[in-house]
Amino acid sequence: MRKTTKHIIHGVFGDEEPLMEACKKLRAQGIRIKDVYSPMPIHGLDNLIGLPRTWMAITAFIYGLTGLGLATLMMWYMMIHDWPNDIGGKPNWAYFYNIPAFIPISFESTVFCAAHGMALTYLLRCWLVPGAKAKNPDPRTTDDKFLILLDIADHQVAQAEAVLKACHAEEINHKGTYEVEPKYTLEESYQ
Amino acid sequence: MHAESEIRIPLILGNKTYRQISDDIIAPIEGKAAKTWYILTTISAVCFLWGIGCLAYTIGVGIGSWGSNNGVDWAWDITNFVWWIGIGHAGTLISAVLLLFRQKWRMAINRSAEAMTIFAVLCAAIFVTLHTGRPWLDYMLFPLPNQFGSLWPNFNSPLLWDVFAVTTYATVSIVFWYIGLIPDFGMIRDRVIKPWQKKFYGLLSFGWGGSARHWSRFEEVSLVLAGLSTPLVFSVHSIVSFDFATSVVPGWHTTIFPPYFVSGAVFSGFAMVLTLMLVVRKVYKLESYLTIKHIEYMNIVIIVTGSIVGVAYLTELFVAWYSGVEWEQYAFLNRATGPLAWSYWAMMTCNVISPQLFWFKKIRTSVVATFILSIVVNIGMWFERFVIIVPTLCRTYLPSTWNTYTPSFIDIGIFVGTIGMFSTFFLLFSRYFPVIAQAELKTILKSSGEAQKKAAASHHH
Repeated sequence: MRKTTKHIIHGVFGDEEPLMEACKKLRAQGIRIKDVYSPMPIHGLDNLIGLPRTWMAITAFIYGLTGLGLATLMMWYMMIHDWPNDIGGKPNWAYFYNIPAFIPISFESTVFCAAHGMALTYLLRCWLVPGAKAKNPDPRTTDDKFLILLDIADHQVAQAEAVLKACHAEEINHKGTYEVEPKYTLEESYQ
Repeated sequence: MHAESEIRIPLILGNKTYRQISDDIIAPIEGKAAKTWYILTTISAVCFLWGIGCLAYTIGVGIGSWGSNNGVDWAWDITNFVWWIGIGHAGTLISAVLLLFRQKWRMAINRSAEAMTIFAVLCAAIFVTLHTGRPWLDYMLFPLPNQFGSLWPNFNSPLLWDVFAVTTYATVSIVFWYIGLIPDFGMIRDRVIKPWQKKFYGLLSFGWGGSARHWSRFEEVSLVLAGLSTPLVFSVHSIVSFDFATSVVPGWHTTIFPPYFVSGAVFSGFAMVLTLMLVVRKVYKLESYLTIKHIEYMNIVIIVTGSIVGVAYLTELFVAWYSGVEWEQYAFLNRATGPLAWSYWAMMTCNVISPQLFWFKKIRTSVVATFILSIVVNIGMWFERFVIIVPTLCRTYLPSTWNTYTPSFIDIGIFVGTIGMFSTFFLLFSRYFPVIAQAELKTILKSSGEAQKKAAASHHH
């Protein structure tokens, strides 16, 4: 069984427009882009390199609902169920009749849980934790360089290099190769 | 990148590149601090220590050491609390509300405005924790099962809403600020040379790499946090105003309080941001990023919110007269002509008249005039809270409880201490943290940079 050699290539750019152009052309030629590193967010890049839409906002919504639920449960238990009080002629006999007084804390708890839940999910999902190793493959990418990270098979290397060159990449760095066991494709199994 | 009209004034002056933005932001961190920085930090730290002394004295002796008395049971403590928390609101407004409105000029100021928010909220927290009298029992504010049976805090009370609001506000502001800081710490980590700095910023950067996947999550998280912080900031000062408005004290029991407090908070907060920015701009030579246009935009916000505050003062007077409630009428008459009338007129002059000077373009684009007026506004807004609280409580329903108020030496000491703490923290922040959100700023360089705009313009013709 033949092993395939995979190449790790860094295409370094001095600006975001040529980088986006290169991404578009690489994808058009069927070359997968592993990741892009940039000093700032680049609008429209997600679609170009085929990133799925992030779930962060949806997690915030779920955490928010959880916060609202917890706050409601807490206030119902403490004010209505466990120790109902008659405060200033406003008895706490039923949650429904006291809702107006409970709105501020319901709101604050919703925001509290949504914000912190989402922030924690974001940090853990990106593994941004104290002591984590720097994730950028080249330290210049947080300053003023833009980098396309390719992790491609032998036969695509020449093609990818040509695209990077045509798009005015400042550097094309080969960062080594590694070998992988090929997966059987349908075609191969018939041969 | 989207194109922007040539008529719009550039927000980044000079011939800047991505590299130069990094250089300019990192300069105060890598370079040696100026002598003025050491002098200012020493003065602030001394004030801070003085405040800690007075605070310790209060805890040891009790709040009998304050000027508060039987009638005037809220005085400097709550004045300072409301003042500080109001100042904090501008930071959230700049970073959250202006983000939702896609205001690019926010990017140069949001980082330090958010830092200011956090430090101001910490100062406010000192007063709320102390004013309970026995701060070691403050955990009873939280709904914890306790040793006194199932006695829970009262969820119908605005004072408890305040506990939740301020806690949420403080923690969410810190998270919002830090998530924005991570990419900038990453940049600093990759640029600094000294080993301790590499280690320090490496730890703070949480291993940031700036991959496309992370940026896409970062952007969404920022947007959602902005969306959450916007109603949050309005709710916090509304709830602070409920502490007054839901009581039956004449002069406090008014429905105008929430919007009036929120606009007052934004007004004073912008003034404080301006005071700090004008110093930072000068000391760290950031004139290319904090341009006159930025100052002008902020002064416009000050005119708007200052005018809302002015209208609110007049509305209060009108409604007091129109209501026909003699207690209400007397409360306002007493504020304007009573024993503490000087504070009322100080408030009126500083808050209603002085910001109107910004209608003159010469004044709102002048650094010196803005600096002076921003301090005047802050003094005025302090007096606003003082006027609401003290003269009102000096003359409530029963003449037998009528009283006067003079702050004690300890009151003043704690207040000076919080100013010292605020300045110390801000000075440390400006020296060791990136004062401008450089990653965000880089996104507008192409559309709003001076050189880039000129190049685009000549290209079109």
